Amino acid sequence: MKEILDVKSLSRQFGGLLALDDITFTLREGEIVGLIGPNGAGKTTLVNSVTGVHRATAGQITFSERRIEGLKSHRISRMGISRTFQVVQPFPRMSVLENVAAGSLFAGHASTPNEAKRLAQEHLAFVGLDREAEKSASVLTLAGRKRLELAKSLAMRPRLLMLDEVNAGLNPAEIDAALNLIRTIADRGVTIVVIEHLMRVVMNVSTRVLVLNQGKLIADAPPQEVVKNHQVIEAYLGKRYASAMKDAR
Amino acid sequence: MKRAFAPLLMLLGLTALVVLPLAGDNYIIRLATNMLMYSVLGLSWNFIGGYTGYPSFATSAFFGLGAYAGAISQGHGVPMVLAWGIGAVVATSFAGLLGFVLLRLRGHYFAIASLVVAEVLREVVNSATDFTGGGMGLNLPILRIDVDRLAELFYYSMLSLALITLATTVIVSRHRLGFGLRCIQQNEDAANILGVDTTLYKNFAFMLSAVFVGAAGAFYASWVNYIDPTDVFDILLSVQPIVMVLLGGPGTVFGPIIGAVAYLALEEIMLSNLLSFHSGLLGLIIVILIFFLPNGLFGLSWKRLKRWMGISSAEEAA
Repeated sequence: MKEILDVKSLSRQFGGLLALDDITFTLREGEIVGLIGPNGAGKTTLVNSVTGVHRATAGQITFSERRIEGLKSHRISRMGISRTFQVVQPFPRMSVLENVAAGSLFAGHASTPNEAKRLAQEHLAFVGLDREAEKSASVLTLAGRKRLELAKSLAMRPRLLMLDEVNAGLNPAEIDAALNLIRTIADRGVTIVVIEHLMRVVMNVSTRVLVLNQGKLIADAPPQEVVKNHQVIEAYLGKRYASAMKDAR
Repeated sequence: MKRAFAPLLMLLGLTALVVLPLAGDNYIIRLATNMLMYSVLGLSWNFIGGYTGYPSFATSAFFGLGAYAGAISQGHGVPMVLAWGIGAVVATSFAGLLGFVLLRLRGHYFAIASLVVAEVLREVVNSATDFTGGGMGLNLPILRIDVDRLAELFYYSMLSLALITLATTVIVSRHRLGFGLRCIQQNEDAANILGVDTTLYKNFAFMLSAVFVGAAGAFYASWVNYIDPTDVFDILLSVQPIVMVLLGGPGTVFGPIIGAVAYLALEEIMLSNLLSFHSGLLGLIIVILIFFLPNGLFGLSWKRLKRWMGISSAEEAA
C-alpha cells in the first residue's frame, strides 16, 4: 500500500516539557491505525502537530509527498487531513446541515453555499443524522454531536481522518454503531487514525496500534502484539504489575 | 406570510425614501439624511461586530480618517464626490494595515485596542496643524447652489451610499465570505480547522467595516462644511452604531437599518419632549430593549409575542 503520511523525528516542546519526543512513524492508504497511551502521553499534541494547530519544534511531516510542517491549519485541512475534536466543536447557532456544509464549502469541493448544503445532506445521511438536519447543533445529544463532528470531517473530503476520542462518553451500542461507520469510511480508501484510551475499541477496529507514553512512541505493532508488550503494560498498569506479569509467565 | 410581504414592503420603503424630499421640509430631510448615515455606520459595524463577532470600536477612527482625507482632498481642489471615494480608500487601506495587527487579539482585548485607535488618530490630527488645521478644525469649500437643492443632493447621495452598503451586506451574507464569518463568530478554532482562512476573512470583514464609513466620513465633512478632531473622532460615533445594531438585530441584513431608525427616532422624541434628561431615559429604554430582545427588534417573532400574550392572559384568568 502507498504511504500517505510520513512523520520523521517529530518533537514538540512546551516550555520545559517535551510533549513529543522524537516520534517517527508512517501511515499507509486505507489503514485504520489506533493511537493509544495514558492521559498526558501526547496523543492530542501529536494530532495538533500534524494538523498545524501547533508548530513542531523539530522534525518533518510529509503528507502525500508534500512537506506540511509549518503550514497553517486551514491549508492542511484543504490538502485532505481532517480531524475531530476530543471536546466537540460545533457551531452552536447554526443548523446541523449548515455545520456540515461549512466543511464542504471551505475544505471540500463545493463552490457555493447552496451546493455545500446539498453535499452536506449526503454526509448527514451517511452518519444517520439526516432527520436532524434542520435542528440547531446545540440541541443534539452527545452521541449526535459526535456524529455531527464526523459528518463535518467527512464533508471536507479527507484522505486522512484523525478521530480524537469520538467514542468517549458513548454507551456500548453507540460505540458499536460508531465503529461500523469507521470501518465503512476506511473501505472507501480513507486512512483513519483512532485516538482513544478505551483499549477495547482500538483493539477491535485497528490493524496496527501506535502507543505513546510520556511523549515517546513505545510501540508500533498489530493489536495482538501490543497487548503483550512489556513496555505497554508497564505504561498502563505500572512497573510492579508489569514485572509481576512477567514472573507469572 | 413574512416572505411574501418582504419584497413588497421593501419596494414601498424604497419608494417612500425616493419621494421623501418632495414631501418633507428641510428638517425632515436632514433627519432622514442622518438616519441614512447612521444606517451606513451600523451596517458597516455589522460586518465585523455582527457577522464576525469582533467587538470593534474603530468606527470613529475610520469615520474621522475618511472625513479628514475627504476634507483635505477637497481643500486641494478635488471634486466632492471623488473626495468621498478618497475617504473610502484611505479608511479601507488603514483598516487593512490595522487589522493585520489588531485581529490577532480576541474579545475584550480587541475591543480595547480598537477603542484606542481613534484616540491616537485624534492626537495625531491635533498636532499636525499645518496639514489638518489641528484643533482649530478645517473649513471646506462651500457649494454655491440653492440650500434646498443642496439638502436634496446630500440626501440622495447618502441614500445611494446606504443602498450600496445594504447591497454589499446582502451579497456578503449569501456568499462564502458571509458563511465563513459566521463560522468564525461561533467558533474560530473550529472554523480554521474546517479550512476557513480566518486571518484573511477577518481582515476582509474589518476592511468592509471601514470602506463605507470612510466614505460617510468624507460625506459628513462636505455636508457640515467644517470638521474638527473632537467632532469626527468622537467616541459616540463608535458606540452609537453598536447600540443600533444590537437594537435592530446583529448579524442580520436589515437589523442595522431598523436599529438606526428606531434609535434616532427615539432620540428625537426624547430630545423634543425631555430636554434635561433625554439621554438618561434613552439609555434606559435601550437597556430594557436589549434585555428583553436579545436578538434585536428584527428577531422579534410573532410566535413568541403570542406566547407572551398567552401567558399574560392565562395569568389574568387565574
